[in-house]
Amino acid sequence: MQDNRQPAAPLLTHKVEPISNGLHAIPMLAMLDPQGKPYEQAELPELSQDKAIKIHHAMVFTRLLDERMIAAQRQGRVSFYLACTGEEGAIVASAAATESLDMIMSQYREQGALVWRGYTPRQFMDQLFSNHLDPNKGRQMPIHYGDKALNFMTISSPLATQIPQAAGYAYGQKLSGQAAITLCYFGEGAASEGDFHAGLNMAAVLKCPAIFLCRNNGYAISTPAEEQFVGDGIASRGIGYGIKTLRVDGNDAMAMYAATLKAREIAIAESCPILIEAMTYRLAAHSTSDDPSGYRSQKEEQIWRERDPVLRWQYYLQQCGWFDQDAHHQWQSEMKNTLLQAMKDAEIVPVAPVSSMIEDVYHTPPWHLQRQLTQLQQHLERHPDAYDLRCLGEGE
Amino acid sequence: MAKMNLLQAVNHALQTAMEADEKVLVFGEDVGHFGGVFRATSHLQEKFGKTRCFNTPLTEQGIVGFANGLASQGHKPVAEIQFADYIYPAFDQIVNETAKARYRSGGQFECGNLTIRAPYGGGIAGGHYHSQSPESFFTHVPGIRVVIPRGPYQAKGLLLSAINSPDPVIFFEPKRLYRAAVGEVPEESYQLPLGIAEVLREGTDISLVAWGAQVEVIVKAADMAAEKGISCEVIDLQSLLPWDLETVATSVTKTGRLLINHEAPVTSGFGAEIAASIQQECFLSLEAPISRVCGLDTPFPLAHEKLYMPDHLKTFDAIVACVNY
Repeated sequence: MQDNRQPAAPLLTHKVEPISNGLHAIPMLAMLDPQGKPYEQAELPELSQDKAIKIHHAMVFTRLLDERMIAAQRQGRVSFYLACTGEEGAIVASAAATESLDMIMSQYREQGALVWRGYTPRQFMDQLFSNHLDPNKGRQMPIHYGDKALNFMTISSPLATQIPQAAGYAYGQKLSGQAAITLCYFGEGAASEGDFHAGLNMAAVLKCPAIFLCRNNGYAISTPAEEQFVGDGIASRGIGYGIKTLRVDGNDAMAMYAATLKAREIAIAESCPILIEAMTYRLAAHSTSDDPSGYRSQKEEQIWRERDPVLRWQYYLQQCGWFDQDAHHQWQSEMKNTLLQAMKDAEIVPVAPVSSMIEDVYHTPPWHLQRQLTQLQQHLERHPDAYDLRCLGEGE
Repeated sequence: MAKMNLLQAVNHALQTAMEADEKVLVFGEDVGHFGGVFRATSHLQEKFGKTRCFNTPLTEQGIVGFANGLASQGHKPVAEIQFADYIYPAFDQIVNETAKARYRSGGQFECGNLTIRAPYGGGIAGGHYHSQSPESFFTHVPGIRVVIPRGPYQAKGLLLSAINSPDPVIFFEPKRLYRAAVGEVPEESYQLPLGIAEVLREGTDISLVAWGAQVEVIVKAADMAAEKGISCEVIDLQSLLPWDLETVATSVTKTGRLLINHEAPVTSGFGAEIAASIQQECFLSLEAPISRVCGLDTPFPLAHEKLYMPDHLKTFDAIVACVNY
């Protein structure tokens, strides 16, 4: 809105002095110390015991799911997996501050948000095993979840594409008169993509009620943040685009919850985007195809292990008298069994039928796809033993 | 009926769509108050307000990304890319997002309501950054439709179909005809079918296929051929993806010869796809090799624009060569 080509008198300078980075350090919002104790000046948001426990359960469940699936990948049961260990606080607590009408657009490491929204162990497993009960019909690699009923946009691998889409989705929500926002997650690496800049600027100019939540977890696969950008993190860019911005301790779930709650309130009231930079750490490998020992030290990992967001939340619950050790252990062991059973059930479900291959490309399969399907089916009939027959059935 | 040029027909289609459905939104660079650099969106902001017709920042990937989000939310975005030459920053959003949204989600989410409009092609002394015909890049992308009108009547009817189509459509507009092509256009709403070619003129000796601005070129070449006693069947493909193989194959089965004309460079142009499909369908009917009269495999030139163009003379010569093969 400002045109600084003709600055007002106080903005004039007569010395050649380039402005440097870090003139105004951006503070980081922190509410709980590493022992889960609220900082004295922190104004904690209202949070019921039930919701606090639900947040804890979602974080712990996410970690159990991740552990289970990394093991399953090692056993050769799934081709690929990607964990969010160490970032559960940033993800679950921010999702917990949304309403069910809000759209979530994630990058790919935000299964905690889906857990929060109520995705079941079996739903996770159906997607991870690409069977015909997967709503994506087994078309995408494991962890590319999506669920219309839960307002969780189906994940796509290309990075940052969801950022301008979130701007558009939020604009549509505003035009539809919904008191709803779009919560868009991405990593600090993705913020180097053009779509980040395009999307934030579009959202700012067109006043889209979206929360852009950057998980600054220190690494984009092996590339450390200091080789990704030089400026003051991702937060400084929000200010550059005229977007209200918060930097938050991403391992402090209370701070993440408070920040997202406030961001949502502002986004709706003022019809504008908000940027949150969650400072966190990817304790996990990038994916099961990655080995972090090649690019970072165990010592560094240890420092962050001591800042575990799940443990910090547990300490907080304990201080409130909301943590029952025995009940928690029992719940945890039930969840482990549930996950194992869901995996066993999902992995034997057949993949979608061959005829589904040409579905959903267009609204109705056009002539050329129908012809190609017929040719493929005839080929399969000629070579019945050459291909995995699981795909020839019509599902279960 | 009213006399309109192609630009007015596009404008009329947009106005018709916005009147019929408040979910239709029109946006892009300079499309707001200014009405677009070609004036295709003139007066739409006045009529429908700034929330439904608006300027965007200068970012093609942002425009299409934003449009993808709007479409998946349930709106009907009509996004303008100012020149087809500038669509490439949006390529990832189109190829990986627009086209795959429905497939990857098993039909849960989709961008079917999206229409992307872009003026394309040469003939306005625009050099290589204001003259490109990038249609074949998009015909290689399952999930989107590619549509190109040849005149005002087609522009309005096809654009209204595109906006109402349950599939995303890339709608390339032949900008050299924006003001040059004038014709009668119904003032009421009407739609022309997507995926269907139109036989403009029946003939017996050779089938000529083109789309967009090149249709008038093959018509002119057909007129010249007629004077030499050669009867040309003239086909406007209209939709390139999915395309009307049946109409072209039926025609070639009858005439035994096919000539394809497009402005884009010949190598890997959409003519290659047509030629490959027709030799498969009509091999025993062919009397001569399929002929392609296309742009050179160079960037689009400025000073030599007229030499580069696959004009009526090049087309006429190729017709004669094909018939005398």
